[in-house]
Amino acid sequence: MKIGLFIPCYVDQFYPKVGIATYQLLQKLGCDVHFPMGQTCCGQPMANSGYAHLTKGCDANFIANFSGFDYIVCPSGSCVLHVKDHLHDEKQEEKAAAIRNTVYELTEFITDVLKIDHIDGRFPYKVGMHVSCHGQRGLKLSQMSELNAPFFSKPEQLLHSIKDLDLISLTRKDECCGFGGTFCVTEEAVSVKMGQDRIKDHESHDVDYITGGDMSCLMHLDGILKRQKSRIKTIHIAEILNSLEN
Amino acid sequence: MSSEKTIPHSEAAAKFNKDVERVNWHDETLWFVRAKRDKSAHQIEDWELLRETASQIKFNVLSNIHDYLVEFEANAQRNGIIVHWAADAKEHNEIVHSIMAKHDVKQMVKSKSMLTEECHLNDYLAEKGIEVIDSDLGEYIVQLRKEPPSHIVLPAIHLKKEDVSETFHEHLGTEKGNFNPQYLTESARQSLRNTFLTRKVALTGVNFAVAETGEFVVCTNEGNADMGAHLADVHIACMGFEKLIPKREHLGVFLRLLARSATGQPITTFSSHFKKPRDGKEMHIVIVDNGRSTQLGREDFRNSLKCIRCGACMNTCPVYRRSGGHSYHNAVAGPIGSILAPNLDMSKNADLPFASTLCGSCTNVCPVKIDIHDQLYKWRQVLVKEGHTPKAKTIAMKTMATVLANPTVFNIAGKSGRFVMKNIPGMVNNKMNKWYDQREMPDVPEESFREWYKKNSRESKAKRDEQ
Repeated sequence: MKIGLFIPCYVDQFYPKVGIATYQLLQKLGCDVHFPMGQTCCGQPMANSGYAHLTKGCDANFIANFSGFDYIVCPSGSCVLHVKDHLHDEKQEEKAAAIRNTVYELTEFITDVLKIDHIDGRFPYKVGMHVSCHGQRGLKLSQMSELNAPFFSKPEQLLHSIKDLDLISLTRKDECCGFGGTFCVTEEAVSVKMGQDRIKDHESHDVDYITGGDMSCLMHLDGILKRQKSRIKTIHIAEILNSLEN
Repeated sequence: MSSEKTIPHSEAAAKFNKDVERVNWHDETLWFVRAKRDKSAHQIEDWELLRETASQIKFNVLSNIHDYLVEFEANAQRNGIIVHWAADAKEHNEIVHSIMAKHDVKQMVKSKSMLTEECHLNDYLAEKGIEVIDSDLGEYIVQLRKEPPSHIVLPAIHLKKEDVSETFHEHLGTEKGNFNPQYLTESARQSLRNTFLTRKVALTGVNFAVAETGEFVVCTNEGNADMGAHLADVHIACMGFEKLIPKREHLGVFLRLLARSATGQPITTFSSHFKKPRDGKEMHIVIVDNGRSTQLGREDFRNSLKCIRCGACMNTCPVYRRSGGHSYHNAVAGPIGSILAPNLDMSKNADLPFASTLCGSCTNVCPVKIDIHDQLYKWRQVLVKEGHTPKAKTIAMKTMATVLANPTVFNIAGKSGRFVMKNIPGMVNNKMNKWYDQREMPDVPEESFREWYKKNSRESKAKRDEQ
């Protein structure tokens, strides 16, 4: 099974540790992982700002880099959703469609494709899970609180299998953190307030770590935590799953 | 209206956020309503089926709107109702005024109608020397304060009881500093009672108009619409044409969805059916377009006309809860308002589809399954193409698109960006950087992932071993 590792542009530049954890984790799980060196960005920052017509270059570059893999895996629900919903190229629509159908978010790939629901190891900390909206409501990685339907959660299923990991239940299970791409600067006041409130929910449950499947949400929350000089740390779910004690 | 200067959503919301205690209260109060909605919606086993059914019924209505409107008009006329058609807000206001003028009446009692807010009816009638009193308690409060409603179901939700006490003290002469909700409500009730007893013309909104029977239904929790309509000689009901449903049996679907979605109640306290005028009295219906047929013609945004104005999308919206309704500078605020507003005036409302994180919660709570967050995304594309974006943003986006489409340029830009952040942090950590106002910048790593990968991947290690 040949896997194309899709590392979001900002993760590549600012959070290489998340890329490394994803790469190593997938190898541990027996995958043949390749990182296409020419990859840059999925184009979401432009598209969500109303400039979808400017993403043609990004789309073509993405297709050039990611065609021919059995699966494409990425540690970010938001970027995966963008590719799934919006990757198109008139000149090579077949290739684009193949990519849209084989791109997976990391925890979704582990649980749905690899069929792994149990990870061996120990993480003796109190953890709060911030579900990212695009992962949850877009990719449907877990059940949404608004709908009348039975509960499930792909990332939480993995976290629950880890020894001594105390996964707390948030008061507002799936409220947005306020990152929202360029929203975080164009609507700075509301964005920060949303992030602060999200943190308060985790704080009131006295967590050691806030984890999640999207580094962008965590980057936003981390920026606020550090400004507040909080003891709470952020950690991407790939880092937890890759760094377990025995 | 394009010439009116509006404060952009982000600025108004920033101002709203200055009072932390108030924004917390606003957020928590509306979240409480959202939680109530969850509880009561989830008690119905077939909730999701009910939503789908409602969505399909509305889809049918929108696809056959002409036929249903003609059917409704014929049946309403047969019932003795006078039917009027208004192409826009101006015509709507003129029609209402002409009815008042015909009866030579200078006073009106009005129950909640967001359509009249959309058309700015109160201001229009005031200019003509007609006094309007809003009889919904929330609307009455904001009317006394000369403010527009900030929420379509809970018009005064941005105010605390202390604010209401102050307003009533000033306008109704209630005791200063008496915050007792019961006392305040009773004072409003006494004042409104007098209004109901003396008004000859009552205006109400319409929640559902039934094509099959030519009747309409008005839902309130206070019974104020009924008090007004039953005591007046003339009842004027105003509706946007999308309020139609084909048959009376469909009411069972919508009445169950509406109150649960709006407030978490099983049903509104009053769901009053109006079919024909009483002997010697008059009943009018004004059916309004005001941009609706334009929206109907926009395929991507047509579904927004399914809206039954329950306000659930506002209560669930994390941005609305922390912005306040007035920041949306439109009669209908929040996520659904941000789809409807650009249709009315693109340049004035170009900021609204961007006042969202596209989290999608609105789409999930919507009782008629409007794809709200997808429409917000689509509006953004339209607004950029139509030129309603600041030039600086367009330049930034074009630069970004060029950098991100080219791996070599991207790597150089990334590397130099990290270099600057690490070695000249003042270049980034300054007032120009909106991120840095209340957040720290990320720590800068020694190398990017791809630099690490070049050295440490299995492939490169294997290559090195070969050499």
